[in-house]
Amino acid sequence: MEPLLTLTDVNYTYQTSENEIPAVEKLNFCVWPDKFLGIIGPSGCGKSTILSLIAGLLPPSSGKIRLQSDTFGVTRIGYMLQKDHLLDWLTIKENISLGLRIHRQMTPEKEKWINSMLSEYGLAQFTEARPSQLSGGMRQRAALIRTLALEPRLLLLDEPFSALDYQTRLTVADDIHHILRSQHKSAILVTHDISEAVSFCDQIIILTKRPATVKKSMDIRLTITGERTPFHARMAPEFKDYFNQIWGELND
Amino acid sequence: MTYPVAKISRQDYIRRNKRHLQIIRIARLLILILIIAGWEIATRLHLLDAFIFSSPSRIVKVIIDMATDSSLFYHLGITVGETLISFAFVLIFGTLTAVLLWWCRGAAAVLEPYLVVLNSLPKTALAPILIVWLGNNVKTIIVCGVSLAIFSTIINLYTAFTHIDADKLLLIRTLGGSRMDTMRYIVLPASIPAIISNMKVNIGLCLVGVIIGEFLAANAGLGYLIIYGSQVFKLDWVMMSIIILCILAMFFYQFLAWVEKIYTVQH
Repeated sequence: MEPLLTLTDVNYTYQTSENEIPAVEKLNFCVWPDKFLGIIGPSGCGKSTILSLIAGLLPPSSGKIRLQSDTFGVTRIGYMLQKDHLLDWLTIKENISLGLRIHRQMTPEKEKWINSMLSEYGLAQFTEARPSQLSGGMRQRAALIRTLALEPRLLLLDEPFSALDYQTRLTVADDIHHILRSQHKSAILVTHDISEAVSFCDQIIILTKRPATVKKSMDIRLTITGERTPFHARMAPEFKDYFNQIWGELND
Repeated sequence: MTYPVAKISRQDYIRRNKRHLQIIRIARLLILILIIAGWEIATRLHLLDAFIFSSPSRIVKVIIDMATDSSLFYHLGITVGETLISFAFVLIFGTLTAVLLWWCRGAAAVLEPYLVVLNSLPKTALAPILIVWLGNNVKTIIVCGVSLAIFSTIINLYTAFTHIDADKLLLIRTLGGSRMDTMRYIVLPASIPAIISNMKVNIGLCLVGVIIGEFLAANAGLGYLIIYGSQVFKLDWVMMSIIILCILAMFFYQFLAWVEKIYTVQH
């Protein structure tokens, strides 16, 4: 099997008027189809820069970023930001179809798909509502549907739960995990929350301080009876070991 | 020691609130009545010369006279029309220029000192030049109205455009949108409250500009009535025009406040 995304010796240096700052150095990793990759690192180490590079918002200074070419959809990569950024002046349905309207792809089939997603994820009665009428969890689900509407193969999640309170966070993590699995997406989850990463991902890479490079990569294998949800994952016997290992790496 | 207890019933609370608002309203009205009554009495008792200071009763009489021969509506219509035209110009060209500056940051940086100078310049200083350049006509008056509000509009709206949450702009990029999409889906809708509050100020500024213009280059309108009235010692006309201007300014402002309220309720 071929990886969906491969980064080979990627460097990124940004310029300021005082000096040049290497943010990412010799970065190597790949993302496999239908797998979730977690990226953990000290704050300010350049995690968001890596997502911007993968999303094509920033060009790498050197190195190679390769995306499997037979991917489909309106866009290949979906990007979910820290906050939901639903626009107050649009209804939930208009917010969700924003990407499609930008790409002029708002077809009747797409509209049907949106409606089915809305009802599947408990937003059916809020289609005409304004974002301010929704709870934090609902807003995050709406933001995810907005991203998924463009049928990306790979999703970039930039601390998507960090703006939520703890209880909502656990529920939304379960929801999003379930949605992504059932839609057969791959994902990169950037977070500074170790337990969130272990519970959500199949593989985790730990980054060094800036300039960011991969310090360690580990596969997460958890013994879980029943469905593997992030919540159930937290009960797995191996969970604590992984947590301690990553904690050790980060504080090394 | 126990703390004193004060239970206010719901009805009491509502009644108190209502009474508070009523008192304010009555006090406002009372001031107006006192001014009018004081003015009238002072002129009747010859403490003030009615020929120079006019009086409420004389103003009412002038309003009735000028309303019967329709000349009042003629002058009022001219001033309102000129104000609305300059207001529309400011709204359209001010917003358009701010959009263009947002689009082309380089141009914005180049033009910034010029806009700042033009904005701080007392625009009345321009009025005599405008007469020479544009002639003794309605063009001068409208340009005068526009000149008072346009520069601050461009500066304020451009500032509002550039202060939009950067993450919202990033959102459009992550969805694959262009700069045009950013303008259409984020910048303009996010700036509507700023545009409306700017217009609330502008309508007053346009009225000021139009009156200045009418002082200098008009043969009709409330500004013309004021200047002509003072020259021929028809102080009744002057006072009437000023009072009508007060009402007009209030009406314009209230209208835009209403538009703002409708917008806020809907969003």
